[in-house]
Amino acid sequence: MAISSIYHHERCILRIDGSLTIYEAGEAKRRLMDELNLAREVEVDLAGVAELDTAGIQLLLMLKREAARQEKPLFFHGHSKAVLAVVDLYNMAGVFGDPVVLAGGAG
Amino acid sequence: MNLEAAKLVFYEESYELLAAMEAALLAVENAAGPERGEHLNAMFRAAHTIKGSAGLFGLNDIVAFTHLCESVLDKAREGELAITTPLIELLFTCRDHIGSMVDAVRCGVEAPDSGALGTQLKSYLVDSAPVVPTPAAAAMVVKQEQTGPRVEVESGGDHVVSSDHWHISLRFGVDVLRNGMDPISFIRYLASLGRIVYLTTLYDGLPNPEEMDPESCYLGFEIEFQAAPNVDKLTIENVFEFIRDDSKVRILPPHAHIAEYIRLIKDMPEGMSRLGEILVRGGALTPMELDEVLGIQRENAGAGEHRPLGTLLVEERLAPPQAVAAALDKQREHAAQKTREHRVVRVDATRLDALIDLVGELVISGAAAQLSASRSGDSALIETIASLGELVERIRDEALSLRMVPVGEIFSRFPRVVRDASRELGKDIQLELAGEETELDKSMVDKLADPLVHLVRNAIDHGIEGSDARRNLGKADYGTVWLNAYHESGSVVIEVGDDGGGMDRQRIRNRAVERGLIQADEVLNDQQVLQLVFEPGFSTAETVTNLSGRGVGMDVVKRNIEALKGNIEIDSVAGEGTIVRLRVPLTLAIIDGFRVGVGQVSFVIPLDMVLECLDLPTDRGSSQQHYLNLRGEVLPYLPLRELFEVDAPAPARQSVVVVQYGSQRAGLVVDNLEGELQAVIKPLGQLFRGVRGLAGSTILGSGAVALILDVPDLINRAAKNERRKVALIAAREARHPAMREEDRP
Repeated sequence: MAISSIYHHERCILRIDGSLTIYEAGEAKRRLMDELNLAREVEVDLAGVAELDTAGIQLLLMLKREAARQEKPLFFHGHSKAVLAVVDLYNMAGVFGDPVVLAGGAG
Repeated sequence: MNLEAAKLVFYEESYELLAAMEAALLAVENAAGPERGEHLNAMFRAAHTIKGSAGLFGLNDIVAFTHLCESVLDKAREGELAITTPLIELLFTCRDHIGSMVDAVRCGVEAPDSGALGTQLKSYLVDSAPVVPTPAAAAMVVKQEQTGPRVEVESGGDHVVSSDHWHISLRFGVDVLRNGMDPISFIRYLASLGRIVYLTTLYDGLPNPEEMDPESCYLGFEIEFQAAPNVDKLTIENVFEFIRDDSKVRILPPHAHIAEYIRLIKDMPEGMSRLGEILVRGGALTPMELDEVLGIQRENAGAGEHRPLGTLLVEERLAPPQAVAAALDKQREHAAQKTREHRVVRVDATRLDALIDLVGELVISGAAAQLSASRSGDSALIETIASLGELVERIRDEALSLRMVPVGEIFSRFPRVVRDASRELGKDIQLELAGEETELDKSMVDKLADPLVHLVRNAIDHGIEGSDARRNLGKADYGTVWLNAYHESGSVVIEVGDDGGGMDRQRIRNRAVERGLIQADEVLNDQQVLQLVFEPGFSTAETVTNLSGRGVGMDVVKRNIEALKGNIEIDSVAGEGTIVRLRVPLTLAIIDGFRVGVGQVSFVIPLDMVLECLDLPTDRGSSQQHYLNLRGEVLPYLPLRELFEVDAPAPARQSVVVVQYGSQRAGLVVDNLEGELQAVIKPLGQLFRGVRGLAGSTILGSGAVALILDVPDLINRAAKNERRKVALIAAREARHPAMREEDRP
């Protein structure tokens, strides 16, 4: 797993590559929380996620909820196939927002 | 158990079931609502069980006929058929028909034809769908029709009725991810067993980031699941087998399945007593779920709170409430069955008799042992033998009571007898039963049944007036017939009473003279007049009805009762009613006796009949008169010495044993009183059959034989002798002494 962040002013684009599973969950949680705390607006690019499991999706949920709590805009986009499969199965397209459709259309 | 023995059980069981069916039929007439349904169920079960048992023996006629009954009852039970009087009449007839078919098998004769009844039954079934073999099979057919097309509709993506889906609730344990299990794989596996119609992920459990352990699982799911055919609750549960321990899994069946569970539970064979077992067997609950809820129950109990399993199951949403209710019903049914099984053990009557014979021998040997012990003077031995004797006595009582059955066994057939008779005669009759718990010997019960039926029919036919006549007399419109039983001095008394017109003495007399039974000028006391109705060929009914009045019967009744060493007494008050009292001995095998001696001979008097003992007064006046003044009452007596021609001089002092039978008393004069003993009645040999005044013999501890006196016969004789003599003396002295035997209540 690799999480990279690019800041445009206070807007952060987070890109997750590789797998986001229970094995990476501890480290991923720290990274994601750190970036969220720094940024004012977050865009999560999921295009590079090759593997996602329940621990991973819990992290994404946590990130989204925490962003809402801190009143920071947060979007997901570029959902990879692995992400879409899980989101579909969990019927959480609504939770992860319509960018799914947009990203799906774009990518 | 060989086939014949098994058949015996079948007969017994059939009679019991038919009795239950009759009781239910009688009850259903007067019941309404759910109670009625209960009675219909009882009838259905009876027919169903008989059908099943008959099938085991290949009794195809019975199977075919009971199947028809069952089908009609099933329709009635489902409310498709109204319970009408003609239907109930028909069912009564069918019940009787089943009874006669069973009888026919038992006697090895050809079964009566069921054609006409069968046709009648079938007429109630015409409206039903194409004939299907059993209700269960019918349900299956319907189910397939329903599910078949629907599956196709769904694959077309159409709207689906939610009630046809399983509902699965999952709350994963926090450690499942760490344990290498991911909900994703479970849900994917579940999807392979059917189709996930809708899934909601619940993530409310997700804590704040600071508290969240990224390796824990916080998710829950609510799933609407369309199962593929043949996927049952257990299969679904097995999907989650590996996570059951720390996760919460709730699987609720579709509504259509609930009905199926209820049906399965209802159709279950007997034998399960535990709610959980019943539900698991019916498929409404899986063994895992049962373990889980039992665990919850234990925890609750640990916290000092006991909650029934059924409540917990519903609360925890483990099983649908309807299925739990059905299972509880089943459980109750089983409990009822079980208590019955516990209460009754079937034992061959001959084995029981053999046991009683042995106990008889034991009593005799016990008495002999007691005698030798007291002769030896060894106090330790005497004590041991005494306690042994006590035990023997208790064994005797227990053994005898094995043969005792409550008289209610006969009484239970009378509601039907009265119902039928009152219908036939158009009289409104109410039956009252009392003393049903009074016990008497099983062999008596069998022999008393027919005479009693006769007496009851007679009471209804001749005793109770028509309702117009009753109204004119200021009586209630409905007549009352009652049966009552009680114990009285070693006998069982059964009364058949009615509140009808009573017996008309004059008419009885006239008829008896007309039939040449008595001379026109013969002097008879009240009881003797009434007893004339028991003479062969006597009938006072103006019209001969279907029920009675053919002049046969009452004499048969009397003969039957006398064969049981019993007697009949009639009490009748004109305009108020009649009571016929049957008195039969309690038992025929072993009695408590009172031993008396005359010279070297020992006699035994049944202790129950002994009232008191007194010295024979020496200044009794004329030795011609055999009666005493006992506290102002005339007591006729019989000297046993003369009666049995005992060749020994009378001692200076003699005793009188006052005995009573029914309402009559007499004294028996003996030399000495020797005390109580248990007497095993041995029948007299052929040679002594004709000897009157003796009921049997018994063997004393010493090995000597003692004769058991037939007290009723002796009392009769004493009374008769004295009456004759007294009448003579009375004529001579122009004085009328009161006679005890006419002094009736």
